[in-house]
Amino acid sequence: MTAAMRTMSVDQPSAHLRVVSEQSAPSKASGINLSGVSKTYGTGDGQVQSLRPLDFHINDGEFFVVVGPSGCGKSTLLKLISGLLAPTSGEIHVDGKKVTEPHGDVGIVFQNALLLPWRNIINNVLMPIDMKNLPREKYIPRAKELLKMVGLEGFEKKLPWQLSGGMQQRASICRALVHDPKIMMMDEPFGALDAMTREKMNVELSRIQRTTGKTILLITHSIPEAVFLADKVLVMTERPGGIAAIYDVPLGRERTLDAMSNPIFTDLVARIRKHFMTNSTLD
Amino acid sequence: MSEKKAPGSISKLLNASWLRPFLLLVMIVVGWDLAIRIFNIPAYQIPAPGDVVKVLYTDWPELLAQSGPTTYATLLGFLASAVFGIPIAMLIAGSRTVESYVYPLLVFSQSIPKVAIAPLFVVWFGFGIVPKIIAAFLLGFFPVVVSAVQGFKSVDPDMVDLARAMKGSRLRVFCAVNLPHALPAIFSGLKVSVTLAVVGAVVGEFVGSNSGIGYVLQRSIGTFDLPTMFAALVILALLGVILFWLVDRIERFAIPWHVSQRADVFIGS
Repeated sequence: MTAAMRTMSVDQPSAHLRVVSEQSAPSKASGINLSGVSKTYGTGDGQVQSLRPLDFHINDGEFFVVVGPSGCGKSTLLKLISGLLAPTSGEIHVDGKKVTEPHGDVGIVFQNALLLPWRNIINNVLMPIDMKNLPREKYIPRAKELLKMVGLEGFEKKLPWQLSGGMQQRASICRALVHDPKIMMMDEPFGALDAMTREKMNVELSRIQRTTGKTILLITHSIPEAVFLADKVLVMTERPGGIAAIYDVPLGRERTLDAMSNPIFTDLVARIRKHFMTNSTLD
Repeated sequence: MSEKKAPGSISKLLNASWLRPFLLLVMIVVGWDLAIRIFNIPAYQIPAPGDVVKVLYTDWPELLAQSGPTTYATLLGFLASAVFGIPIAMLIAGSRTVESYVYPLLVFSQSIPKVAIAPLFVVWFGFGIVPKIIAAFLLGFFPVVVSAVQGFKSVDPDMVDLARAMKGSRLRVFCAVNLPHALPAIFSGLKVSVTLAVVGAVVGEFVGSNSGIGYVLQRSIGTFDLPTMFAALVILALLGVILFWLVDRIERFAIPWHVSQRADVFIGS
């Protein structure tokens, strides 16, 4: 199978198919591993199951994208992996270590840039350094370099509100990278941006991932964005969220916007869209 | 055209924003004076502004000396409301349990008229400065707590998560995120609080005192010395304005990044 999409038929009505990607049995010592991880909110009668037990593995240096309908527990998944929430059942391992509390080796980007309005851009980027109580001076050159990489050179001393939404989001990406974490987690990072800026940011992010080799877990509800960015796409079912399918994206690492007209791209987008159509949900 | 080109320095001055309240004040005083003349209001009901100014001029040293204890009680009461109010607001905002125990009682206690219980403080603490400070504190405390609670609660939970995910300790996250975020709300509470603290101090002086502006007020009412009474009111108003202005200055210094201060940032830079 050259297309590397050994999926079971997605047209089958049965709800959660466990679809296998070409990845051979992953080693648990590296990357992110979830086994039987589920999350239920509330106690007593008001229990709401957010995530059905999930098993999957994210390799080191992989660009892993989770796509799913609204309210399917995508953000919960991100909080579980970063250690901000404890799973109701199951275990999460990052590089073989069980996650029980925030482990600090992640950079997070949310839908809103969430820059602190009282800090200028460079100080916002340096926030993880302050939180971890690391020597600031050592990281200032790196922060400046990152800002330069995303085209924000010269904006170091500006306050966040003086920047446009796209620029703020780029600054928040620098903040997620400044402490050189192994993993970057992005929760609909470009959801609040206009379509044009969004495409530019996608290309940018793709480039950042290539140059830094970070493991990136990105959550989105845009199927084209997912396919464009990902090495692997995990499709989630409606609430309570489970795995509908995992696809490899055989588009190679070097991607430009031209990739979007590649038949492999359009096929995969159509295939993923079918998951949501059969459940009569729009993304 | 010529009007537009060369606005006279006088019209410029008249348009200065700091002058506008004074202009209104002048108009009110003139209206006051006219009303007394036109309706023939006797001086034992409402004194003429001229008489009040005369008292302010002749009794200035006395009034200034009497405003000393009032200012002192106001400031200490105000500081106490800030020192106790902000941490209590932190606890209320930080814990549902504390909130459910403390908040309803706080609102309940706020509904008790302070004037009614002020004599009690005289019984407990005598005629010294302490009952006045307590009265100022009791009036100033509530607005600080209410605004600060609102400020601490309005922090974006994602922002706190972000800081926690960076492995920041609780204290570090609090100082870097929650506290600065709550500052604008805290300051709006402090501004209300400082003016109420003046009222509190005067209430304290009303019920048992032989010094302070509240004492001057009460004495002048007793002797129907209305010009002095009005002069005392002017002093109190001035005290409130000055303290409010001071807190406002501190606010500008403390949160120059906030939306409410941005216009000044532009002009200043």
